[in-house]
Amino acid sequence: MNSLYLFFIAPFADFAFMQRALAGSLMLSLGACPIGVFLMLRRMSLSGDAMAHAILPGAAAGFLFYGLEILPMTIGGLVAGVVVALGAGAVSRFSIQREDASMAAFYLISLAIGVLMVSIRGSSVDLMHVLFGTVLALNNEALVLIGGIAIATLVALFVFWRALVAECLDPLFLRSVSGLGSPVHFIFLGLVVLNLVGGFQALGTLLSVGLMILPAAAARFWCQRVGPMCVLAVAIGFASCVSGLLLSYHAALPSGPAIILSAGAAYIASLLVGPRGVLRSRLVHHRHRTA
Amino acid sequence: MRQAALTFRDLTLGYGSHPAIHHLNGVVQKGSLTAVVGANGSGKSTLMKGIVGALRPMAGNVVKMPGIRIAYLPQQSELDRSFPARVVDLVSLGLWPRRGLLGRHTAEDRASVSKALMAVGLEGFEPRALDTLSGGQLQRALFARVLVQDADLILLDEPFNAIDTKTVGDLIALIKRWHGEDRTVMVVAHDLELVRQNFPETLLLARRPVAWGDTSAALSAENMLRARRFHEAWEDDAPWCEPEGHDHGHGEHSHDHAHHDHDHHDQPARHRVVS
Repeated sequence: MNSLYLFFIAPFADFAFMQRALAGSLMLSLGACPIGVFLMLRRMSLSGDAMAHAILPGAAAGFLFYGLEILPMTIGGLVAGVVVALGAGAVSRFSIQREDASMAAFYLISLAIGVLMVSIRGSSVDLMHVLFGTVLALNNEALVLIGGIAIATLVALFVFWRALVAECLDPLFLRSVSGLGSPVHFIFLGLVVLNLVGGFQALGTLLSVGLMILPAAAARFWCQRVGPMCVLAVAIGFASCVSGLLLSYHAALPSGPAIILSAGAAYIASLLVGPRGVLRSRLVHHRHRTA
Repeated sequence: MRQAALTFRDLTLGYGSHPAIHHLNGVVQKGSLTAVVGANGSGKSTLMKGIVGALRPMAGNVVKMPGIRIAYLPQQSELDRSFPARVVDLVSLGLWPRRGLLGRHTAEDRASVSKALMAVGLEGFEPRALDTLSGGQLQRALFARVLVQDADLILLDEPFNAIDTKTVGDLIALIKRWHGEDRTVMVVAHDLELVRQNFPETLLLARRPVAWGDTSAALSAENMLRARRFHEAWEDDAPWCEPEGHDHGHGEHSHDHAHHDHDHHDQPARHRVVS
């Protein structure tokens, strides 16, 4: 019993930085995981990745002018992300080009600008924080920011739930009964950017998308409906954060990758044993019903 | 004098610079039941999209009765069948005009959804996942959604595709019920026998309207022959179409009216007549 306490509870009870890391990553999961479910269901999983790259130049610009300060880097990332999301979204809505192509074009341009800016400043250890995050060094500002993003995301999801589901399920129908189709698409892209920006404080620009997509992709193997899928994704996100932080604490691993790898393990496990996963759907049913 | 549900004023709809519906004029009376008939590429679906507003007119306009509620069942729905939703979720989308984004679905709403599913012969299908439905079952579920929408103007684009004979009968009965409830219904259909038996009015399209009116007259042998003569293909070197002295194609004239091109680099609204 005591050893269980030492293993699972003591790290969080004894160290303030672990508490902050836990609070930050749990709040992050609260918003990012449901957003990931919708990203996945709209076949935009890789767009999330592209978007995460697109945020880089904004964050780099903030870093370039103000150093490793959370606010300028966040605002920069937000601006870059919104420009790319709106640009790509607008191109796909108003031209024949599909969103995957326009997104790729915009994010590549953005990424090149980001790398350019980073190289102007020269190599820096601080830069590693931008790319790979610092979940163990979240300050109050960062926690407030992440909490605000989580609340904003949950409120927006609650308000626009029906429109989001309709836009995924039958976009043409939504357009025929309501003018909300396009606005809801852009609101959704905005939420993606917001959560990625929140995530890059903790997990870095490259890995923040992991907490979005992996729990959602894992939940897909268990659920048949969107609501439960979102709840399960959040639960998987929570579990990944706890296990990742513990792993990082006990094995002295970098915390961001440890969290994402935990989510990855949940994904592989779901893929194998989930009711809609590989093993069970391959299983030949020797018995069947009459109707 | 009946009210007009829809009025087409010199309506031209198309893609790029090429018209798919060319100078359509006329009125769809409130409470009428109209079949829209024509060959592939004659503009039937385009007309439906134009009425719903999914396609903006290149010229002219569609005037809708103020406050009219429209239900539209497209030919190729953009429905994502792999989306994790149940039949009841799909049909409940039809509550949108009544409940909107945030309105709660009441017990009464749920009852109307069940009633609609019963009416299309899908009772007990509520909890079924969409990806387990057959093509015909899905089409019936979409019909149920139209029922739930409770619209004044109902547009159905080839609703009888991939549907067995018995179900077509059921769906026709539904359409007739709507007609009896003074709703305006327009149905794109290919089965002329079915149209002759069940639809009082027909619009025969061949990019321009070839005939529009009483079904037996509209589908006369002479009109069918005229409709068949139209050229489906676009021609990039087709001359311009201009408004002056233009006979707007009410179906009376017999000159070939199909070769037109509108170049969007150069005043898309300009038309020049060709014969």
